[in-house]
Amino acid sequence: MNFSFLKGKGLLLVSALTLFLAGCGTNELSTLRPAGEVGREQFNLMVISIIIMILVIVVVTILFTIAVLKSRRSKKGEDFEPKEVAGNHTLEVIWTSIPILLLLILAVPTVYFVFKQADTEASTDADGNVNAEETVINVRAYQYWWEFEYPTEQVVTSQELVVPTDKKVYFNLQGADVKHSFWVPAAGGKMDTNIDGINSFYLVFDDDAAQDADRLFYGKCAELCGPSHALMDFKVKALPEEEYDQWLADMKAVEEPVQASSEDAQRGEEIFNNSCMGCHATTPTSPGAMGPNLTNFGDRELIAGFLEHDQENLEAWIKDPEAFKPDNNMTGNYELSDEEIEAVATYLMELKVEEGSGDVSTLREPAEDEAAEESEEGGN
Amino acid sequence: MAEMKYNVPNNQWPEHPERATQEGKNKFAGFWTFLGGETVLFASLFATYLALKDSVPSDDHLLAADLFHLELAFVMTMLLLTSSLTSVYAVYQMRNNNFSKMQLWLAVTVLLGAGFLALEIYEFYEYVQLGHTFRSSAFGSAFYILIGTHGFHVIIGLIWISGLIIRNATRGLSVYTAAKVNTAALYWHFIDVVWVFIFTIVYLLGVL
Amino acid sequence: MSTATTQKRGFLGTIWEYMTTVDHKKIAILYLIAGGFFFALGGIEAMLIRIQLAVPNNDFLSAGLFNEVITMHGTTMIFLAAMPLLFAFMNATVPLQIGARDVAFPFLNALGVWLFIFGGIFLNLSWFLGGAPDAGWTSYASLSIISPGHGIDFYAVGLQIAGAGTLISGINFVTTIITMRAPGMTYMRMPLMTWTTLIASVLIVFAFPPLTVGLFLLIFDRMFGSNFFIVEAGGNTIIWEHLFWIFGHPEVYVLILPAFGIFSEIFATFARKRLFGYSAMVFATVLIGFFGFMVWAHHMFTVGLGPTANAIFALATMAIAVPTGIKIFNWIFTIWGGSIEFTTPMMYALAFIPSFVMGGVTGIMQAVAPADYQYHDSYFIVAHFHYVIVGGVVFALLAGLHYYWPLMFSTMLNEKLGKVTFWFFLLGFHCTFLIQHFLGLWGMPRRVFTYLDGQGYNAANMISTVGAFMMAFAVIVLLINVVITLVKNEKVGRDPWGDGRTLEWSLPLPVPYYNFAQTPLIRGLDAFWLEKKEGNGEMLPAESLDDFHMPNNSIIPFIISLGLFIAGFGSLYFASGKDWAIDAVANLPERPWAIWLLVIGLAITFISMIVRSFKDDLGYYVKKEELIKDLEEQERGAK
Repeated sequence: MNFSFLKGKGLLLVSALTLFLAGCGTNELSTLRPAGEVGREQFNLMVISIIIMILVIVVVTILFTIAVLKSRRSKKGEDFEPKEVAGNHTLEVIWTSIPILLLLILAVPTVYFVFKQADTEASTDADGNVNAEETVINVRAYQYWWEFEYPTEQVVTSQELVVPTDKKVYFNLQGADVKHSFWVPAAGGKMDTNIDGINSFYLVFDDDAAQDADRLFYGKCAELCGPSHALMDFKVKALPEEEYDQWLADMKAVEEPVQASSEDAQRGEEIFNNSCMGCHATTPTSPGAMGPNLTNFGDRELIAGFLEHDQENLEAWIKDPEAFKPDNNMTGNYELSDEEIEAVATYLMELKVEEGSGDVSTLREPAEDEAAEESEEGGN
Repeated sequence: MAEMKYNVPNNQWPEHPERATQEGKNKFAGFWTFLGGETVLFASLFATYLALKDSVPSDDHLLAADLFHLELAFVMTMLLLTSSLTSVYAVYQMRNNNFSKMQLWLAVTVLLGAGFLALEIYEFYEYVQLGHTFRSSAFGSAFYILIGTHGFHVIIGLIWISGLIIRNATRGLSVYTAAKVNTAALYWHFIDVVWVFIFTIVYLLGVL
Repeated sequence: MSTATTQKRGFLGTIWEYMTTVDHKKIAILYLIAGGFFFALGGIEAMLIRIQLAVPNNDFLSAGLFNEVITMHGTTMIFLAAMPLLFAFMNATVPLQIGARDVAFPFLNALGVWLFIFGGIFLNLSWFLGGAPDAGWTSYASLSIISPGHGIDFYAVGLQIAGAGTLISGINFVTTIITMRAPGMTYMRMPLMTWTTLIASVLIVFAFPPLTVGLFLLIFDRMFGSNFFIVEAGGNTIIWEHLFWIFGHPEVYVLILPAFGIFSEIFATFARKRLFGYSAMVFATVLIGFFGFMVWAHHMFTVGLGPTANAIFALATMAIAVPTGIKIFNWIFTIWGGSIEFTTPMMYALAFIPSFVMGGVTGIMQAVAPADYQYHDSYFIVAHFHYVIVGGVVFALLAGLHYYWPLMFSTMLNEKLGKVTFWFFLLGFHCTFLIQHFLGLWGMPRRVFTYLDGQGYNAANMISTVGAFMMAFAVIVLLINVVITLVKNEKVGRDPWGDGRTLEWSLPLPVPYYNFAQTPLIRGLDAFWLEKKEGNGEMLPAESLDDFHMPNNSIIPFIISLGLFIAGFGSLYFASGKDWAIDAVANLPERPWAIWLLVIGLAITFISMIVRSFKDDLGYYVKKEELIKDLEEQERGAK
């Protein structure tokens, strides 16, 4: 009975440690496997604070344990009258000043990195326009999907953010309907997409880390934004700068929607133009559309941000989006028969910009690829 | 200890009749605490107003400088400041155990307060005619909720003091009623102080 | 209105007695029953959440329903369970601890409890009337503005009613503690429970008005066409976040300070030793209350307030750790060298120290703003605030329930069952929430209704759910314990724990309705203990035995609250279908009767207020003869 807290605590420590060592989450998603400068700085701050805090916990635990063990009534006897102690001035000074010192150790890097990570001056030029020398991406968050605009290139895409590695990527964030929050855990902390104004910050994606994560990081919405908040995911493709430039150039080159090849797809294109075009663009321009831009849909890794990218899922999604993402704005805006849906899906799967460009699988070396996949399935 | 006998002979009338009973002391401390909360309430409304005072959906909406007349606001301020003074007279007469004069000054306070309220209603009417309404812009919403909350306090104050005058007519002045009069006067001063801030922050800064 | 309150009554009579009571001890029981009921509701909601999240891609709850459940879980637990339960213990103890016969404003005390009860019922009726609020307990403006139906309106109006009750109770306690202390009970002789109640009440007085304003802005925007948060018309949604957290952060201290108070009493009692560093403890309490108002923006580090604001609020947040640390060490040194008796309340108090320290240190970790960009809105936050609120506040409530049960009901809860509850609750609690820190660090956002398979969240979520079931089991055992105790009804006498130190334990059980036949004279800290050690074990009287004055019971607080409850429905449905309301409300069918509901409700409230102020209610006298009879009876009982 007297060891009440010890048992609880011991169990905690063991389970904590096992879980911690068993795997710090997945490469593409965990804050504990930082993939770039910002995430690493934040991770280091976590480590510093955890060390200080463990110190605090250890001191408290030792004092507490001794206090409890030495002062049991069963040990001291039923009639023991403890000495009444009003307090101790020296002790009060000690446990006031030591925490202050510890906090100062924590405060200095905190303030330094707060200012460092808020410095987005380079993203704009002297006139306040977007600096063409830097990678600047406008992120617009909608109820349950993401739009990414490359303002200097006049390229718009959605759901899959493509970024260059080994350089600062600046983000201008805004919410279109309600407040969301833009979070790529592996690359760094989040920032809210307010509807009142634009927030700016930057992230860095290291090429090595990108390689380890199969060049695909996971992004999430971190602010409750409605029923399908949990499903408002996106992927981040981190490409070496040349590949990234190539992808941008390929996207930019799309002036007409990609032409459908098969007969089915052509029929699908027709239906798409009649029923879907109102919301979904298939050329990479005009930000602020009603629905996600689908220019390079066929190249993407996921459907609706979280479903596996195959024809079957796509058909099911178009047939009843409400079943997958409740409260989305797509439901009920069109009426298509099953055959029509099949045709549209076929068409959409063909929407590929310049085969190979921006396709992360080609950047993987085959052997590494398999190993990486295995370890992922291993349930990190 | 017995506190049932609230009517004190004139020669034993205490210096602070409002705090002569335990209930009086409680009222005094409790009401100051309440005013502390009220202060934060108005501080929140002021902050909201300051955040939204230039926020209108389009350029053709009227802003503070186009709307406010300092003259009117000044007259309103004078009315309310004077009413605060007359409520001080009422409390002074209460401490002197002078019942009829206390009643008289309370009545003057109510009249001045009613005058203020009438001018405020006229002001609102004028603004609504100009298209500056609670619903026309964020500025409008913030303006009316701040001034309106103050105006609502004035109405409550007027009802309160009028009620006291009527009630006092039958129960007279005692350490029991003294505490009530004092609390109402405190409330009225608070309303006055808030208005001084409104005059400065909303009207003066709005026009300047 | 009744004068004598002691005579035996039937069942209906008892109900009537409680509906009209202005006695702080009965109001404490009202708070305990209502708060306990809402605690159970919130607990059921918590279990629904954990069942839904036990496995990936679960469809036990739909996405929309899940958001309603999390919103109601948070709102219920904070506003309708934790705070009222603390009010129960404050009401049960504070007037007794300072030697008063009642609170400063007994009528307002009753009004406070009824406003809370009606507000809570109002909020929960949303489940049956078109859906509960679904924008989280923080109800951030952009989402709450577009939320369909009346859910958010139930939240706003319900909290407005309940919040008014809380504010009134806060003012009442501040006044009571300032003006009603017995002779000799100086500020620096007040028990810690009284001190923390005072500071928490001051926080309530200053923190609730911003919430009131924020809720009004939300109500006006949604239902009456204003534009505070409508960006197209110039509005700004960040105002809501500021107002909410200017309230919300001090609210955390409103909860934890009285919890500290309860633990301080328990440590001293069951270590048989006076509180170590009493003045440092008082100073730390005041300091926490003061700093509590300067740290609200640490909830908003990712909002984009800019580096200067983030840095300032980060430092202020770190600073608040210092007084909290002072408290922890003083508690440890209170039990150091004492004689610890492992009663159920003491077990909770002991378990509280490591548990709360763990919650505290993660709080400091979040003060490191850049790191918080990662923690914010992730499961790390969920873990943190459950560690402080469950490990701090709920432990205190459970400890307080066992500790103060004899004071409130003159019986003792079963110690064996109490310890079963304790162990299951403690282990279940750590099992549920420890793992959630890691879920957050692995990238799991909070408030998600489901998660995908293959992201490494499965095992951890299952562990968490298992822990939640252990906690649920603990609470069920507690309920059984309460029922058994009430049925057995074995009365205990004065100072049932044997080591009572503060004034409330000097009273006979059950405590007479007038508390003290003679106002006691306080000769020092731990007044009762002092008399036990240096006197004859009886409090010295500060006055001769004489008649004294007590307030009458009144049904008016109940009726005022009922009126506002009715008017609440009126205001809500009045906006249905009106074109000036936001789309989500304007689309609802029009309710022509709503205006009458509004008018009738407000009329009930105002007329009862007028009746109250136009009818002098001077109370009644407890006669000397009755007191003598009671004292004689007590003496006979003691023999």
